Amino acid sequence: MAKRIVAAGEFSQAEVKVSWKTPIVMAGFTALILVFFGILGSTDQVAFQLSESGDRFELADFVISSSTLSIILGVVLAAITALAALMVRGAKPVPTWLSLIYGLIAATALLGWLAAGATVPVSFILGSAIVLAVPIILGAMGGVMSERVGVVNIAIEGQLLTGAFVASVVSSLTDNLWVGTLAAIFAAAVLSMALASLAIKYLVDQIIIGVLLNVLVIAITNFLYSQWLASDGRNSNFPGTFDIISIPFLSEIPVIGPALFENRITVYLTFIIVPVVWYILFRTRLGLRARAVGEHPLAADTVGINVARTRFWWVTLGGAVAGLGGAALTIGNVGAFGREMSGGQGFIALAVVILGRWQPLYVAASALLFGFAIILRIWANQVSPGIPTDFITMIPYLVTLIAVAGFAGKVRAPAADGQPYEKG
Amino acid sequence: MSEKMTPNSTKAAEGTASARSEEDRWQQALKEIAAGGFTRTILSVFLGFLIGGIFMAAFNEDVIKTFSYFGSRPTDALGAIWNTIAEGYGALFRGAIFNAEGRDTVAMFRPITETLRLSAPLIMAGLGVALAFRVGLFNIGGNGQLVLGLIGTTWISTRFDLPAGVHMVVAIVIAVVFAALWGGVVGLLKARTGAHEVIVTIMLNYVAVNFFTWLLREPSLLLEANGGGTPKSDPPADTAMLPQILGSEYKLHIGFLLAIAATVVYWWLMDRSTIGFRFKMVGHNSFAARAAGINVERTYIWAMAASAAFLGLAGANQGLSEVGGITPSISAGIGFDAITVALLGGSRAGGVFAAGLLFGAFKAGSPAMQVMGVSPEILGVVQALIVLFIAAPPLIRALFRLPKPQTTDVVGDWFRKTFTASKKAAK
Repeated sequence: MAKRIVAAGEFSQAEVKVSWKTPIVMAGFTALILVFFGILGSTDQVAFQLSESGDRFELADFVISSSTLSIILGVVLAAITALAALMVRGAKPVPTWLSLIYGLIAATALLGWLAAGATVPVSFILGSAIVLAVPIILGAMGGVMSERVGVVNIAIEGQLLTGAFVASVVSSLTDNLWVGTLAAIFAAAVLSMALASLAIKYLVDQIIIGVLLNVLVIAITNFLYSQWLASDGRNSNFPGTFDIISIPFLSEIPVIGPALFENRITVYLTFIIVPVVWYILFRTRLGLRARAVGEHPLAADTVGINVARTRFWWVTLGGAVAGLGGAALTIGNVGAFGREMSGGQGFIALAVVILGRWQPLYVAASALLFGFAIILRIWANQVSPGIPTDFITMIPYLVTLIAVAGFAGKVRAPAADGQPYEKG
Repeated sequence: MSEKMTPNSTKAAEGTASARSEEDRWQQALKEIAAGGFTRTILSVFLGFLIGGIFMAAFNEDVIKTFSYFGSRPTDALGAIWNTIAEGYGALFRGAIFNAEGRDTVAMFRPITETLRLSAPLIMAGLGVALAFRVGLFNIGGNGQLVLGLIGTTWISTRFDLPAGVHMVVAIVIAVVFAALWGGVVGLLKARTGAHEVIVTIMLNYVAVNFFTWLLREPSLLLEANGGGTPKSDPPADTAMLPQILGSEYKLHIGFLLAIAATVVYWWLMDRSTIGFRFKMVGHNSFAARAAGINVERTYIWAMAASAAFLGLAGANQGLSEVGGITPSISAGIGFDAITVALLGGSRAGGVFAAGLLFGAFKAGSPAMQVMGVSPEILGVVQALIVLFIAAPPLIRALFRLPKPQTTDVVGDWFRKTFTASKKAAK
């Protein structure tokens, strides 16, 4: 039988042929950056602002011509492309970390092109990208946790929105942000239980139930917002935000210090949750069992693992994590709740799960790409208004499309993802 | 779908049924009706409205006030609850069906025409999503495909000069073609690379909206004449507008007739044509379909294109009835509403049509509810609940203690017997 290429959403363990798609896509982007950003690009100077005045370690701005920078980065990208091509020739798949490094450098080139004649506040952009990525990362962690046990979770959007709403309202009413956070986690977990029981016990189509829960949550929060919060905002939708905590010494490291170590508690919790999820999934017996349920429920059942219970609790816990992500949207960032404020980030999280290949660390890195794209759009609007920011907004979605279409190496979902299991 | 019975079980049931007494047959028939999809639909709608009413009452200021002295005068609270719910749903009825308080006949009958007008795009879009469901595909990208329809419509209707009528037809056709191509891409990606259509369509939604916004920003492309920074096109040329049906006093336009036509086309396509048979076969069991010689990959491409074509029609309907300029927001989430319409309608032509009417009525009744101080967003909750109950048959069965789906078909047999008998008699 001929070898088949298995891509996202196809539930098969068939052997995967090493594909030339990745180097081809890389070569395309490299050429684009070399020609349009480099050779045809503006020769204006770009200043990368590495530290702000008043920092303990003041670094001079890194100034370079926009086109020169793009050519240099383009050459590096060409080298990575060549490396990827060599790997494929040697019948080895291109590793995800290489694609991620490629993406990072390409993003820098984009930044340099956008900011021709202006200054790039590096740590501001990095920091904002992280803050904006937090809800996506946590939502995607929820997605990873439920898809690893074989339940497709389309309801991430609803869980984020639930978390955001409950966090804001409960914090406002109790005047305690921690109570609000716990309530958000609890509410999203309950929503997840609804998804889990309908999908696992009643065997309702997981995608349909996920979509409907999203619709339901959007409708309920919209109703409560316009009927209650809009008129009584001072009491019920005025939570304030967590304080920003600067970690001594670490926050004074140039460039990455302020971006990583001057944040709210929600960001630090994310820093902890991602490796913990990874550790539990891949280094503990609990995680092994969970993955067994997601890959081959019948086998897991045979060795005595309770498939339904495992699925139920992992999906529920995933919802709890996503609920924290929702809280990060309100009390971890802007404060008050706004109508449909998750604005599709739950769907982005869904994409990020695939982009990161169901691996928590890669998923978090992919979520940063989206955070980066969001801040880049906002920032580019201010720096160079002439640039069509709609295309910048599109980039992460296109990257995801390229990834799910199998153009970015092997993407394989847990084998039993989306399949109900009936004990026979 | 699980309620479908095999021919064998029917035969067996017939054998036992004839032996049974008349009383048993009646009981069996009642059981069947209780377990059937129609009963479930009615109960789901009822339950949706009921829970919606509870929401309405729970967040009403009058009700909350009366609850502060609930112990001493509970009748006040109950009265307030009743008033709130009655006023809310009364306003919905007045806004969506018939306004008995209207000043003249036009004002009285305008609500029902508004319902028809607003249900047209929901029906068209719902048919599109339903078509994909029947092929076993989940088209979540309705909004993106609708936007592609809008792009085509906006381009033709604002940038070309064509004679009246022809202009409209061309604008609709281009909208349908653009959307179908966009949907075809999804089918192509699924067929060629195995990419899951849910993820692909979600991503394409964002791509489409951003692309449309960019087109609307560019003066040389779709931006309105003398337009500023906001992405907005000119209003469509008069020659391209969908003509009004009932004169200028009502806003109803031929979009509703197009929706009827689309329903008939859908019915014919799915229930009478060969390609529809192929669609359904792939939807039931793609492996069996492949074994029977059907090219499953090509079917996916055609099905996604056909599904998107209906959404493109909905886009044209939105664009060509817009008297102000066209903005990305006039897609109004119809692509997502379409999912609930298709689910409620059971993906059948008549069902989708009825579901579109119901949700169209919700849209038409919203302003009247707003006037009464009830946030019309509650209708979104009702809508979501109804479809949630519909989508989870075991849930509604457990709630109402309905019998399990019956394997007999007493009602069907009786119906067929009477039906065929009368036919024979007519001959």
